Amino acid sequence: MALELGQSEFEIERDKNKCISCEVCVRQCSNDVHEYDSDQDTIYSDNIKCVGCHRCESLCPTGALKIKNREAQFQTNYNWTPSHLKNIYKQADSGGVLLTGMGCDKPYTVYWDHILFNASQVTNPSIDPLREPMEIKTFIGRKPDSLEFEINKGSKDTGVKLKTKIPTQLELSTPIMFSAMSYGSISFNTCRSLAAAASEFGTYYNTGEGGLHKDLYQYAKNTIVQVASGRYGVDVDYLNKGSAIEIKIGQGAKPGIGGHLPGEKVTKDISNTRMIPEGTDAISPAPHHDIYSIEDLAQLIYALKEATNWSKPVGVKVSAVHNIAPIASGIVRAGADFVTIDGLRGGTGAAPQTIRDNVGIPIELAIASVDERLREEGIRHKSSIIAAGSIRSSADVIKAIALGADAVYIGTAALIAMGCHLCQKCYTGKCNWGIATQDPYLTKRLNPEIGTRRLLNLLRGWSLEIKEMLGGAGINAVESLKGNREHLRGIGLNDRELAILGIKHAGEAW
Amino acid sequence: MLERRGDCHMKKIYIQEEYCIGCRLCEIYCQVKHSKSKKIIKAFKEEMVDILPRVLVEEIGYNSFAIQCRHCTDAPCVAACISGAMQKNKNTGVVTCDEDRCVGCWSCIMVCLYGVIRRDLSGKKIASKCDLCVDEDIPVCVKNCPNEALKFMDKDANKKNLVRSKNDR
Repeated sequence: MALELGQSEFEIERDKNKCISCEVCVRQCSNDVHEYDSDQDTIYSDNIKCVGCHRCESLCPTGALKIKNREAQFQTNYNWTPSHLKNIYKQADSGGVLLTGMGCDKPYTVYWDHILFNASQVTNPSIDPLREPMEIKTFIGRKPDSLEFEINKGSKDTGVKLKTKIPTQLELSTPIMFSAMSYGSISFNTCRSLAAAASEFGTYYNTGEGGLHKDLYQYAKNTIVQVASGRYGVDVDYLNKGSAIEIKIGQGAKPGIGGHLPGEKVTKDISNTRMIPEGTDAISPAPHHDIYSIEDLAQLIYALKEATNWSKPVGVKVSAVHNIAPIASGIVRAGADFVTIDGLRGGTGAAPQTIRDNVGIPIELAIASVDERLREEGIRHKSSIIAAGSIRSSADVIKAIALGADAVYIGTAALIAMGCHLCQKCYTGKCNWGIATQDPYLTKRLNPEIGTRRLLNLLRGWSLEIKEMLGGAGINAVESLKGNREHLRGIGLNDRELAILGIKHAGEAW
Repeated sequence: MLERRGDCHMKKIYIQEEYCIGCRLCEIYCQVKHSKSKKIIKAFKEEMVDILPRVLVEEIGYNSFAIQCRHCTDAPCVAACISGAMQKNKNTGVVTCDEDRCVGCWSCIMVCLYGVIRRDLSGKKIASKCDLCVDEDIPVCVKNCPNEALKFMDKDANKKNLVRSKNDR
């Protein structure tokens, strides 16, 4: 097969004056891009194999390497873009479904970037979070319909006591959690970094559909265990280990379809954790075969509550699709303690490119419409809303909360903190950063000590920024911001978009 | 007795081999450190006649680890040295080879249990080994390990570290 119509996406620029032929790039590349020629004492690089992960560039001790995007040399055509051509060439070669990793990278409107946050001036004071207490602690779980108190007027114990029994809540020291990424899709060291960071910071991470490795039991208090359509690794001990249970119906990157962990990634450790034979494909069906309606979902929710003795919140994760508001309403009525909504740009280890890029709706619109609908129906308090799907900064967190989310999940941002360069090749299992791989040569590259430290730094940095922004708006607790859309203004959005987001345009006052 | 006490609190280089990624940057920075100019590009392009790295990365399959002189308490190389070039500093515990006195007989190489002394044939024959970068706060191999697989700590701290990572795993 000599005919190769594809073109390289990257150009590797090697500064010959700086390259010392130390071969670090050769050893670090799992795609065999670089090759050392000992006769000529020169390193040659093959552009076509490069995936643009920037590992070699980052480790090159002399800064001799530069990985550049290579402009596709096709005739300019606004209809047949280079990506269409390249994809057709690939499919004409392989005849298969085009796979990709991470979230949708198409230039759809990113609503976060069209929303501005408020600040106080004169009429109400702003607060300096360095001088005054600022509360960003938040609770996930069902809140009671009303509160009843017991007032004691006796001579001995006068006072007021809360009579209402509050359902179990997850206590988050910051409204940020790590989203579901399974052991299998990511390496053990990555899982451990997420778990250790969540545990040290007082927030939660999610096991994804990969079961819970026994070495992570020590972080059980900060674990949300997931029950997905393949039910991998699920037994009663697993359910009881976590602090909460999440039923996964869908994922933002691939709404409506299941998952597939190829057999070569099912190592001994993963087979034990997932409770499947070593080397077998782990296929998660598209639907749960026991859930075909809201009533079926309710059965599973209550079965899980029963299995865990009603001691843990049980939530449901769905991807943001067109009818998300009524779907979420149904989920809340089915008894879910929290609803996780994963938007269009949510990440994945592997998804068909056409689904990732064309199915679902942006998370900003989904949160706004779900929050609105649940309020209208008077059931907003029955469930917490967790927003996921490309939360890129503390500003996105604060906007999500003001639109109506209780907390957010970060997945991609957490991986980026650990070194991910978004090359979108997770599905190849050759992750040079040691994140999305099970190759023992590559998984060593993420030292969990470093991973944990970097995640903690990210959480700390974002939390400080959240406090600053809250203070600037004169709010001293994140709870007061929830669904407080008066603090948001749209910019460059049309009336329809503003109406769905439930916000005014910039310049419009009260 | 004094020597023993010195050794116990002496900071040494330890490797967590489960995180050694085999990039060999430790070797490269060691070579630069022991070059004339100490500038990486110049050292490799112009001075690199035969500067040996004093740390070696051993590799089999996906397992790799960096090893350098362990600066043994009862260093056999010191006992074996016929010219008195190999000395163990009583205060710091660091074993160094005085290159002026070294006659290149390789006795030290034959007795070294770790195989971390190499023959430097670039000039007068001398034994080349890790000097623990005594003029630096942290040895350069440790400082430049991108995955923090190399640690510079005393024996007790290393033991604690090992116990911790064993419990974690």
